[in-house]
Amino acid sequence: MQIQKEKIIHTDVLIIGGGTAGCYAALTLRSLSEASVVIAEKADIRRSGCLAAGVNALNAYITKGHTPQFYVDYAKKDAAGIVREDLLLTMSEGLSEVTKKLEELGLVILKDEQGEYVTRGPRNIKINGENIKTILADAVQKLDDVEVINHLNITDYIVRDNRIAGALGFDILTGTAYEIRAKAVLCATGGASGLYRPNNPGFSRHKMWYSPFNTGAGYAMGIRAGAEMTTFEMRFIALRCKDTIAPTGTIAQGVGAKQINAKGEVYEDKYGLTTSQRLYGTVRESLDGNGPCYLKTEGLTADEDEALLKAYLNMAPSQTLKWIESGKRPSQQNVEIEGTEPYVVGGHTASGYWVDTHRQTTIHGLYAAGDVAGGCPQKYVTGALVEGEIAAKHIVETALSDGLALTADEEGRILADKVAEYNAFLGEERPFFTVEELEEAMQKVMDAYAGGIGSHYQYNERQLALADEKIDQLMDLADSVGAGDYHELLFVYELKERLTVCKVLIAHLRARKETRWHSFAENLDYPEQKDEWLKYVNSRMDEDGQIHMVYRDLVPGGSLYEHSH
Amino acid sequence: MSIRINQDRCIGCKRCVSVCPGSLIDINETGKARMHYPKDCWGCVSCVKECPVQAIDFYLGADMGGRGSTMNVTTEGQYIKWHIRRPDGSEETITIDRKQANSY
Ligand SMILES: Cc1cc2nc3c(=O)[nH]c(=O)nc-3n(C[C@H](O)[C@H](O)[C@H](O)COP(=O)(O)OP(=O)(O)OC[C@H]3O[C@@H](n4cnc5c(N)ncnc54)[C@H](O)[C@@H]3O)c2cc1C
Ligand code: SF4
Ligand code: SF4
Repeated sequence: MQIQKEKIIHTDVLIIGGGTAGCYAALTLRSLSEASVVIAEKADIRRSGCLAAGVNALNAYITKGHTPQFYVDYAKKDAAGIVREDLLLTMSEGLSEVTKKLEELGLVILKDEQGEYVTRGPRNIKINGENIKTILADAVQKLDDVEVINHLNITDYIVRDNRIAGALGFDILTGTAYEIRAKAVLCATGGASGLYRPNNPGFSRHKMWYSPFNTGAGYAMGIRAGAEMTTFEMRFIALRCKDTIAPTGTIAQGVGAKQINAKGEVYEDKYGLTTSQRLYGTVRESLDGNGPCYLKTEGLTADEDEALLKAYLNMAPSQTLKWIESGKRPSQQNVEIEGTEPYVVGGHTASGYWVDTHRQTTIHGLYAAGDVAGGCPQKYVTGALVEGEIAAKHIVETALSDGLALTADEEGRILADKVAEYNAFLGEERPFFTVEELEEAMQKVMDAYAGGIGSHYQYNERQLALADEKIDQLMDLADSVGAGDYHELLFVYELKERLTVCKVLIAHLRARKETRWHSFAENLDYPEQKDEWLKYVNSRMDEDGQIHMVYRDLVPGGSLYEHSH
Repeated sequence: MSIRINQDRCIGCKRCVSVCPGSLIDINETGKARMHYPKDCWGCVSCVKECPVQAIDFYLGADMGGRGSTMNVTTEGQYIKWHIRRPDGSEETITIDRKQANSY
């Protein structure tokens, strides 16, 4: 099998990833300008990305009586200081407006008798989030001059002299290869899952928390193009319901269930209340012989049972099915909890592209928003929307006047080279290893040597050095895998993306010589937190594939940040 | 966790093929939907919700504690009905009002 068709498209703005941030950026671009927009989405924007199953609440919101600065302070504390306050503040300032817009588009938000949103804690509001993605997708489909190309998997940027000129990819259903030339590009491909051995490594290997289809493409493309990345070492590990990997917040915050160990002791205040400490406490309790750990739901009322069953159907239906199959409602059986495998996801922690306040990356004309963008943890759904909006505004203001000129010959050559690469994988009929084998090997390496579930999220320098060596070997092997069809070609690129992200992640874990966040980055050779590490650990890959670490001072609150280039 | 497609019910409309966020479903020689990559299912239930004829059931893998119950969905106006069928044939339905927010 070979690539059958080729297409070159010109547009003002290319959005890669029609998820949360990508869809909202398209809405903003068209409301502020006449710019032509192409959305390249590897699945179908109707249900693609993190929002596919629905969400349970809007986790980032400035509730009554609070200010955006309150949110900044909270997120900064939770991340032990390693955040970009300029990004957090600009994100927080936009939360109300995007929420209003979501409501106008049809999202159901719970209100009290005075018409105020009903809160779930100081930063969350209650919604029915089952159809949040279809609402966004419908709004995008109604726009003119926005071409949505579904099932188009983007594999590479086109960059000349550190300036973006477009991207390349292929349609995973038809095998058509695309070159999309654009004046500005927004990367909104989400974070990276599947790097580590997952919780259910067998048949249900993709029953993970983060979308298994967000494979770190945006990070990998940026890394290869020389974009600067930040804080990959602040991994995100979620505390979730065992087996179903369903969110726990609905139970913990919704009905106020406490974390208890197998002896029934409440342990959550023992280790601290930041996101990483809550997880760490659960790991510690198990290591100390007090596992399994639970959320104490026994004794809830029948009404609370009913409400939980329904709330989970709106975002993680497998948990409801599990309750019903087991014949025991939450009130009759505590909910067992566990940590997930580590992810790289900038919507929860601070890892991702190093961007300026306008969300422009270190590559001119290339922007990043949502889970792929760094420096701004705890942005969640609404923060991803705001980042899409901020990037879109700046694109309209500055990036639409002139794009990079390429001759038709050059354009043709760029695409032909990429097609040759795709065809080489498609033509490889007897590969020694399959993609699946190499993916499992990668996950095993990361689990054992880079702090996965199996090593209780801990690692030391010697283990990280081994991880690096073994990932290098797998990267070599990944050059000679084969693909029997276009979907398998997607698997090839997903593997390569993940390996690139692993490589950079390991470099970051090695670089931060302290333990600032338990579990998220727990280096047994440096178990203490040190003030000298109150700085950003960034990285850049050079043309020879070498990763260079860049250490940057914290950007102080109250200032904006511009790249010096 | 994965899905099963009832070949007798499927009308080959391809909606599931299009909406699956992992593009895991395709159409077989007889024009019906086929779960091509059962181990790659995320359990998001998008396909189950989009199927116009309830041909798709989802279930929990044995490695997740599944015991053979299946679940699918019908939509009636503003209501979503989730039907759970146990291996012994008994059924349970939970109705959700889409206009109502979660209590938690
Ligand atoms: C299960 C789950 C539950 C959550 N619950 C909540 C909640 O209750 N409340 C809350 O506030 N937040 C919640 N979040 C967080 C929130 O959903 C995310 O932070 C946010 O949606 C991320 O938006 P995004 O645009 O960065 O990524 P996404 O919305 O995932 O979009 C990324 C898009 O890029 C596409 N893509 C990826 N690679 C490529 C490629 N190579 N080429 C083309 N397209 C590509 C993907 O298919 C996807 O459509 C949850 C997240 C998850 C995973
Ligand atoms: S449940 Fe979701 S991931 Fe699984 S096949 Fe259906 S749409 Fe695809
Ligand atoms: S959506 Fe239902 S009817 Fe349509 S192809 Fe899929 S299984 Fe068949």
